[in-house]
Amino acid sequence: MKNEILITTAHLVKKFPIGGHFFTALNDVNLTIRAGEFTGLVGPSGSGKTTLLNIIGALDNPTEGVAVVMGQDTKTLNHKQAARLRSECLGFIFQTYNLLPVYTVFENVEFPLLLLGIASSDRKKSVMKALEWVGLTDKVSSRPSQLSGGECQRVSIARAMVKRPKLVLADEPTANLDAANSHNVLKMMLQLNREMGTTFIFASHDEKVIGYLRRKIGLTDGKVVEDKIISTQNHEESETPC
Amino acid sequence: MIRFLLKGLLRDRNRSIFPVLVISGGVMITVLFYCWIFGVMGDVTQTSAKMDTGHVKIMTQAYADIAGQMPNDLALFGIGEMLSKLRQEYPETDWVARVKFGGLLDFPDEYGETRAQGPVFGIGIDLISPESTERKRLNLEDALVQGRLPQAEGEIVVSEQFAVDLGVNIGETATLISATANGSMAIHNFILVGTVHFGVAALDKGAMLADISDIQYALDMEDGAGEILGYFPNLIFDEKRAYAMADQFNNAYRAVEDEFSPVMLTLKDQSGLGAYLDMVDFYIFIFLFGFIFVMSLVLWNTGLMSGIRRYGEIGVRLAIGESKGHVYSSLIYEAILTGIIGSAVGTALGIGISYYLQEVGLDISGMTQSSTMMMSNVMRARVTLPAFYVGFVPGLLATALGAVISGIGVFRRQTSELFKELET
Repeated sequence: MKNEILITTAHLVKKFPIGGHFFTALNDVNLTIRAGEFTGLVGPSGSGKTTLLNIIGALDNPTEGVAVVMGQDTKTLNHKQAARLRSECLGFIFQTYNLLPVYTVFENVEFPLLLLGIASSDRKKSVMKALEWVGLTDKVSSRPSQLSGGECQRVSIARAMVKRPKLVLADEPTANLDAANSHNVLKMMLQLNREMGTTFIFASHDEKVIGYLRRKIGLTDGKVVEDKIISTQNHEESETPC
Repeated sequence: MIRFLLKGLLRDRNRSIFPVLVISGGVMITVLFYCWIFGVMGDVTQTSAKMDTGHVKIMTQAYADIAGQMPNDLALFGIGEMLSKLRQEYPETDWVARVKFGGLLDFPDEYGETRAQGPVFGIGIDLISPESTERKRLNLEDALVQGRLPQAEGEIVVSEQFAVDLGVNIGETATLISATANGSMAIHNFILVGTVHFGVAALDKGAMLADISDIQYALDMEDGAGEILGYFPNLIFDEKRAYAMADQFNNAYRAVEDEFSPVMLTLKDQSGLGAYLDMVDFYIFIFLFGFIFVMSLVLWNTGLMSGIRRYGEIGVRLAIGESKGHVYSSLIYEAILTGIIGSAVGTALGIGISYYLQEVGLDISGMTQSSTMMMSNVMRARVTLPAFYVGFVPGLLATALGAVISGIGVFRRQTSELFKELET
């Protein structure tokens, strides 16, 4: 739904024990992210991008403050509830693709649907649709080792998108790709964002990624130092199940 | 989901073939060891039972105390009546009387002078009566090398090796020089009608077999015998039954103060066989326990290696939203499946090799020439019902246990580190 608030963080603090001290990775982060955004967490290494992504993705809990993701306070979720939130509502894209090497492209993309217990015929349709989005219908039976880096990342995008999540979290998605492949992948994600209304949040310091963002949240030493709308665009209402 | 996991298992040889090989190898060794030990030890027991101890044996108390010396002066008398009673009271048990003795067997030349002479261990058994079960029990027809078995009084067979060593031939007269039950010298002539190969080194060195009536006559012990042996149906030793029978018999007939009163001993009570069999059981237990322990360690290690190799895969699965419990249970299911396949393959191989060793055996006659043990010269494995699960169950347990232990790592995985871990 347009303008629906997906994520709210209030006074978010994350500290990690290092030696006898605590390292503050996030410090009083207050953000609101709405459905359909194409947002980047931008900053140098150690600025807290991945930590914030972890908390939004229900992979980690804040030390202080609140992170509400799709109406659920991540701090109150137990392990199973967090896994369910990730399984049902979130998609993940990793820098190193992390495809399952013994499975085919089709099976890699099918995996999240298996976890959701979706029927075989529906799975097949959804997987083929997702592969159509990323232009890999001719690679259905290939193994990841037979694909290029760009193709692997496209499979990874299809895997993240196949269950039509409201939110996709991408950590340095172009770090292992050359310029041409980076642009292809980013265009593809932007297109999915526009056509399906999926919210994308990137953690990146890659200029190529920054060039595609419509909202840039700058982080330095765990603090939000910049929150800039680069462009706005209307989106179609989401068809996602969450 | 199951099909999905199966596909991964079949395609990833490190997850399927390697563990299956490890498990099947271990299970095969276990099954083979079990069948071999069971066969060899069972063979020792059976050979001892057939040749020496029976499943139960009745002697006088005095005879039993020094049975190894074959003290026929302490033998049982009135055995005809006793055998009748035993056959009435325990009709399913085959009762036979035997007289064991030692002596010299002398082969004279045509002038009556000693041409060849050697010490013998002799057994007087029921050889010539039509209802004799001893010929079959001792497998004498197959053991015959030359001549024939005794068919009339005054005929004996000796071990082939003994005959060859002394250079004697079928048809020659043999004079037994021994001691009577009264302690006087016994001299009795027999005709050598055949030679046998017992397949037991202790007997092949120098044994003679004669009909018990001849020996009773020669040793002056009519209606007497050193031992009455009882054999259970199909020659299978039943420990419970043996002890129950012995208790019942001893309560009825044994008088502690009368050293000539009869006493019944079971196979396990004789010749240290009880300790021997208990030791075998103990070693089988230790081996199986050790197998489970070692295999668990090996498979735990395999599981850990697999966990390290599949670190990325498990991380992605957790990140995508698979619960830790689901990942953990899938690892255990995989292990159970590989455990079943590996254990089945190992059991089949173990039983196959054991069956071959049961049929063909391993000839160890070269090593047992000086042995006095009642053991066969051909060692054989024996395939029994427990062989089908004695390796299978530990193989499966070890695999599951290995996965249970190694899979605990899944629960230690910090989801907060997944992005970091998956991008290195």
